[in-house]
Amino acid sequence: MKGIAQTFRQHRFLFTELVKRDFKKKYKRTYLGMLWSLLSPLMTLFVMRVVFTQFFGRSMEHYTIYLFCGNIVWAYFSDATNGGMSSLMDNAGIFSKINVPKYLFLFSRNVSSLINFALTFAVFLIFCVIDGVAITPLFFALIIPILCLMIFNIGMGLILSAMFIFFRDVQYLWGVFLTLLMYLSAIFYDPAQFGGMEKLFLLNPVYVYIKYFRSVVIGVGGNIPMLPSIQYHLLAVGYAVAAFLIGFLIYRKMNHKFLYYV
Amino acid sequence: MEENNCRCEAPILSLDHVSVRYMTGDFKEIGIKEFLLRKLTRNYHVNEFWADRDVHFSIYRGDMLGIIGTNGAGKSTLLKAISGIMVPTTGKVTCNGKIAALLELGSGFDGEMTVRENTYLRGAMLGYTKKFMDDTYEDIIRFAELEDFQDRPFKHLSSGMKSRLAFSIASLVNPDILILDEVLSVGDGAFRKKSEAKMKSIIGGGATTILVSHSIAQVRSMCNKILWLDHGKQVVFGDNVKKICDVYEKFLADKVLPTDL
Repeated sequence: MKGIAQTFRQHRFLFTELVKRDFKKKYKRTYLGMLWSLLSPLMTLFVMRVVFTQFFGRSMEHYTIYLFCGNIVWAYFSDATNGGMSSLMDNAGIFSKINVPKYLFLFSRNVSSLINFALTFAVFLIFCVIDGVAITPLFFALIIPILCLMIFNIGMGLILSAMFIFFRDVQYLWGVFLTLLMYLSAIFYDPAQFGGMEKLFLLNPVYVYIKYFRSVVIGVGGNIPMLPSIQYHLLAVGYAVAAFLIGFLIYRKMNHKFLYYV
Repeated sequence: MEENNCRCEAPILSLDHVSVRYMTGDFKEIGIKEFLLRKLTRNYHVNEFWADRDVHFSIYRGDMLGIIGTNGAGKSTLLKAISGIMVPTTGKVTCNGKIAALLELGSGFDGEMTVRENTYLRGAMLGYTKKFMDDTYEDIIRFAELEDFQDRPFKHLSSGMKSRLAFSIASLVNPDILILDEVLSVGDGAFRKKSEAKMKSIIGGGATTILVSHSIAQVRSMCNKILWLDHGKQVVFGDNVKKICDVYEKFLADKVLPTDL
């Protein structure tokens, strides 16, 4: 770990340049540029709001914020993992010619996703105010799920990018899996309606983070906004650490083999 | 400097029976389904291919090593192993200094980004600091003669301009070991003169240099050590540049490997 910190310091300039590049490239040749970071989640939110309020929103207070919590967490997760998956492959031309630590490419994608997330998060806070949700010091607790999600995303990125180098199929499988997972993340419905089945949703790490958001922002299960239990924290942190460890081990094992497959 | 003299005794770069193996065959083109099917039916075959086999030599501070060999002899792979891009399958590369490898200069740029952005990114990859890039950016552009193209997308450049830029960025390095893979032949005549002069000044500054070239004349005139590879195997390593070059030229003509070197 000490070695990693040192290489990181050594490559700080490269890292910032990579982040800049990833961020710029994302909006190259668009008229609205960075605005899309804000517009696209808002448009998704709007569509969901229109479609689902009829079905799920009548019995729920602050349904818009409920949707928004699910949406921003989900968008961050899918953006970071999709970007992370192709990060190594897209930069193969570089690391097969120049000796640079390959994980930098993944990290830079993750950071540019995080910047994106930060922008939408700002809009999220504005929506909270508009919708009459009280912004309390409790909101600072959101750092915990965000941090967990960040680590979780990096872990998933490490796993996916390695797999993607060996099997290009992963791209399509992941696309399908993401769609499935999205429906299982209770973004627009309330899993409490399934009674005891709700526990099963906790097997889905993304849902765990979404629920954390809701718990702090609008409260879940009829409760006032509050911190989740200790066990819940353990679960949230556990998922992040597990994903990161698995990703780290895979990366360490495969690191030197990537070159032969690109 | 006095302190450096004692270090001269230890080789600045030594390769200890280095072999690099490539895997070829089934595994690369197939997807998950085929992979699993073939694994299950025990029909999954991997062939190995040794790009370099048992390469063994050391060079010292100030040496200029020329690597010669026909296409596919394993020269570029060996350079990748030396520069740390690839890890040798067996054997060990020991290096006591900072390496700058100029491999296939024009590649690895981003066509969508501007010349300026690419310059900074490449500089960062080569390990320069931000401050260093800010200070030398103008010089790089001037040396590459691209003053009018700074904010144009990189893909608008001609291939000659691309390699000129790549060379200009890379030649700023002040390394202990400089690896040149066919880079002395970029650009048009005028630029080639300029780049050769630049290279000579770097080499003259005391850097150890490894040069891969198909130009025997170049190797003869510049190198004091020579490594000849053929199909991954080390034919000979030595400092008898003139003799080895003569034998190599004879080999190129009649395709018979010498036995008496």
